[in-house]
This record gives sequence, structure tokens and C-alpha cells, in this order.
Amino acid sequence: MTAAIATVPASRRAPGSPRVSFLVSTLQVARRALLRYFRTPQLVVVGSVQGALFLLIFRYVFGGAVSVHGTSYVNFLVPGFAMTGVLFTGQGAATGVAEDLSEGFVDRLRSLPAPRACFLSGRAVADTIWNSYGLFLAVAVGFAVGFRPKGSVPADIAALGLCVLYGFAFEWLFIALGLVAGNAQAAQGMALLIFPLTFVSSAYVPVASMPGWLQAFAMHQPVTYMVDAVRALALGAGEASYTGHSASYFVGWSVVWALGTVAVLGPISAARYNRA
Amino acid sequence: MANAIEARGLVKRFGRKVALDNLDLVAEAGQVVALLGPNGAGKTTFVRAVATLLRLDAGELRVEGHDARRDPAGVRRAIALAGQFAAVEPAMTGQENLEMVARLFGRGRRDAACAASSVLEQLGLSEVAGKLARTYSGGMRRKLDLGASLVGSPQLLLLDEPTTGLDPRSRTELWDAIRALVRGGTDILLTTQYMDEADQLASQVVILDEGRLIAAGTPANLKSQAGERVIEVHARFQEDLPLVAAALERLDHGAVRIDEPARRVSVPVGAGGQWLSAALQAAEASGAHVDDISLRQPSLDEVFLALTGGK
Repeated sequence: MTAAIATVPASRRAPGSPRVSFLVSTLQVARRALLRYFRTPQLVVVGSVQGALFLLIFRYVFGGAVSVHGTSYVNFLVPGFAMTGVLFTGQGAATGVAEDLSEGFVDRLRSLPAPRACFLSGRAVADTIWNSYGLFLAVAVGFAVGFRPKGSVPADIAALGLCVLYGFAFEWLFIALGLVAGNAQAAQGMALLIFPLTFVSSAYVPVASMPGWLQAFAMHQPVTYMVDAVRALALGAGEASYTGHSASYFVGWSVVWALGTVAVLGPISAARYNRA
Repeated sequence: MANAIEARGLVKRFGRKVALDNLDLVAEAGQVVALLGPNGAGKTTFVRAVATLLRLDAGELRVEGHDARRDPAGVRRAIALAGQFAAVEPAMTGQENLEMVARLFGRGRRDAACAASSVLEQLGLSEVAGKLARTYSGGMRRKLDLGASLVGSPQLLLLDEPTTGLDPRSRTELWDAIRALVRGGTDILLTTQYMDEADQLASQVVILDEGRLIAAGTPANLKSQAGERVIEVHARFQEDLPLVAAALERLDHGAVRIDEPARRVSVPVGAGGQWLSAALQAAEASGAHVDDISLRQPSLDEVFLALTGGK
């Protein structure tokens, strides 16, 4: 029922523009997300200052009231602080993904001939780099307040590598939360679930000091395995002996948790993204 | 020549709500097609279907010759979308924004930089190319968003309410940019709630209501489809409006509309000059001060009201 109208010949683009590679599109999406982080002074300054403040408060205010066996509190604290830092830094991804959805970036991306998966892979790359930056700051401040690793250099590097891996794993949790939430406020609210994960763990105080019913959760949740793995590597066998297990026990279980998280939440995020 | 868009029997439901209700629509190549309709008419749903952003429940959709269901990648290579929200990255410069989209469209690095510069030039944004988009005004952002949809040289450009929320000057500037594109041979589908926008830009207007096509044609064609002319009386005093309305009521031809802020009263009439003199006599006899009286074609606004049953 369309009225016939004289048509003007349109100049046609040569058919079949080149396929866009997965790598190029991933890097483009990652670059954008990173520029958004690093060019937003509030995120860079407030995020860094907040992290440093937390460390100072735990080290100097609460630290005196916490007794740990076999090592100093600062040596106990900094590995836990560095590991849980990837959750605090990483939660920005939930808000970021929700904003990408609500601001129309995802729509634009999905209407382009780039591979669809590049949004998720780009986000994961960018947020892992952003996490590593946060990790670097946490360790630097840790050294400044008296942390001295006792493990071998390869073990210390492995500890840092594990933190990056955990950060990557939790990214998928935050990406999934951002996709489900759909707007920044809701995403921020959902990301609050990192508080029980980080505080009810062995990160800041020994699990043994908690009431029994809380210990049951604290001992068996992934963050505790991850913190204990990092701590065992950074402090060496001598200082980490309080844990009662070898480093490889914690490393093994924490890696299983990390890979399991990616294996479950990666496909869930992909399915959710394809539907969105 | 192939049509830009061919839609047959499109159905899309969101839960119980039917967004597209067996919609048939053909947009010919080489022109601007405007989709008009109130909120919830299905305009945005249709655009999202054409952009392969949603799965249809039923129907066939071909975009620039590509089947949207079987060859969505082909559709995506032919189209570009500029949405209601200016999807530009505020933390990147204008140049960086366009280069990113060009790379995602498959252009090489140097090619992308050239395309970005030339589009910025075309839109008059060269001077701010190196500034972060967060420093741009609303109008500039919308232009940059339009630019982002141009760096891939699309055959079909989808503009979803491109000027909503813009000040009049930015609107006019964006209109000029869109007109320039048409001259360059790009097919354009634009949605709008503004009748004057469709009137200004489109050579074909499609009116949607509740997910169905209720009328299509050129703007002039649609106005004559409503079949009538309109007499409009401009009163000098607010308190005269009821008098004028009562007088025009006595012409006994159609529903009288009063536009209070503009102090105008209008009534649809049949073709022919005799209505004008009758209306003038009636208005003067009512004792109202008449500043102006005119016989004109109905606006698209009035056509729309007539076609949708005055809702």
C-alpha cells in the first residue's frame, strides 16, 4: 500500500566490505572501556585514594586488635588486601556494562558488522588491565606501610599472577550482573554482594576468630581459598604455616574456583548478551 | 532497483503487548522515508528489527536485499544506526569516536582516520575533533552520533528520533546534514514524532499506529488523503474564542478545534471557496474581532489525528 514515488538512483557502495577480525574489534572495545576509566578523574583518584585509605585503616586502626599467629598483621593483611582489591576494582565492570546497555553503545555495536562476542571479550580485557592497575597500587601502598614478602621471587610473581586470574574470573560475575541489571544504579546495588564475599573471608582477620556458624561460610567460599593461596605464596612456608595446608592445596582449589566461575558465568553472560 | 526495506507480515510481541501487528511496509531506495506515530506505535521496534537488534515472531524482512533472519551479517554491512540516545563515548574525542566505529566497521587504521576526518569536516565538527565528546553541546553530540553512523558509508541509514530534545537551531542544522546525505545517495529511514520533521525531510511518509501501517504516501498525498481543507480563524482576544468556535460550529462540517495559546480556531471543510466566505460572515456576525482568516491544506498533525480517529 505504498504510494509509488519516482526513485533517485543511489550511489551504491561496493558490495562485501571486509570482515572485521575478532582481535581488532576486541581491542577497539577494550580501548574504549580503558579510556573511559583512565580519563574519568573521579574513578582514578577516588578509587586509588579509597583503596589506600582502607589499607591504612586496617593496618593502623583495626590491626592492633587483630592477633595473627606466625606473622605480623601487616604481612597477613596485604596479601588479603591485594586479592580482595580485584573485587573492589572489578565491580566497576557491572556499572560499566549496564551503562553500555542503557546509553546505546551495545545497540550500536550490535548493529555493526563486527563479531558479536567482541563486546564481552573487549570488556574482559579492559577490566583485567584496570584490575592489574589497582593491584599494582595496592601492592605499592602495602610496601609503603611495611609489608615484606617472604616467599621466593617466582612465588611472589605467581601470587600476583593469581590475583590477575581471580580478577579475570570475577569480571564474568560483574559482567553478568551488569547485563542482568540493565541500569547503573541496579548494577551498583547488585555489586554489593562482594561485601560478604570479601569481609567474611580470611582476607582481613583469621577465620578462627569468627563465630562458628560464620566460619562455616568463611572457610568454604572461594575468596578464602584465593586469599590463602596468595598469602601462602607471598609469605613462604614458614610464615603461612598457620593455615595447616600447603600452598599448592590453596592454589589448586582457588584455580578450580576461578576457572569454574568463568566456565559457568561466561556462557551465561554470552547467552544473556545475545538475547539483550 | 531493489527496495531499501521490504517487510511483510511482521509480528513482534513483548509479553502480551503486540508491538508490530502484521506490519507490511516497503521503503523504496534513494529517498527519505519517515515513520510517524505516537509513542508505542511500533516505530522503534521496527527500526530495531531492521537493525537486526531483535528477533521477529513472524514475517519476512529484507533490508537492502539481505534477508534479516538468514543473513543478518549482510544487513549489518549495509546499514548504520543512530539512536535516540547519542551513543558517543564522552571520554573519547570526536576523532577517536569515529575512528573506533570505522574500525569496527572493518576499515583499516589509516582508512578509518581518513573517514573520520572527512565525516567530521562534512558535519562541521573539524574544529572540535580533538576535544573530548563530554565537552560537546547536546546538538554537537547528536551530530557526532550521526557521524558515527556515516563512517561506514552505509547504504541505509536508520535514524531513530534524531532530533528529539534538541533546540530549534540544532534541529535545523541536523536537518541540513541529513539533506546533504540524501543528495549523496544514502537511503534513509527516520522515525519522528514531529510532523514538520517528516514534512521537511521525507519524500515518503508512513504512519504507524498500534503496530500497524495506517497510511503511506508523499506528504502532499497524505494531506489530500484526509480529503479536506481547513479554515483557520485567528481571533484578537482570548474571550472571543468561544464566539468564533460557535460560529464555525454552525457551518456544520467537522469538529471545531480551539488552540487557546495561539488564539486560533480551526475547522475542516470541503474543497471550494464558498466555505471561506461563509466562515468569514459567520465569524464577523458573532461579534468577535477577527485578525486573520485562512483556507489551507491540513498539516500532517491534523492528517494524523484524522487517520487515527482523533486519539
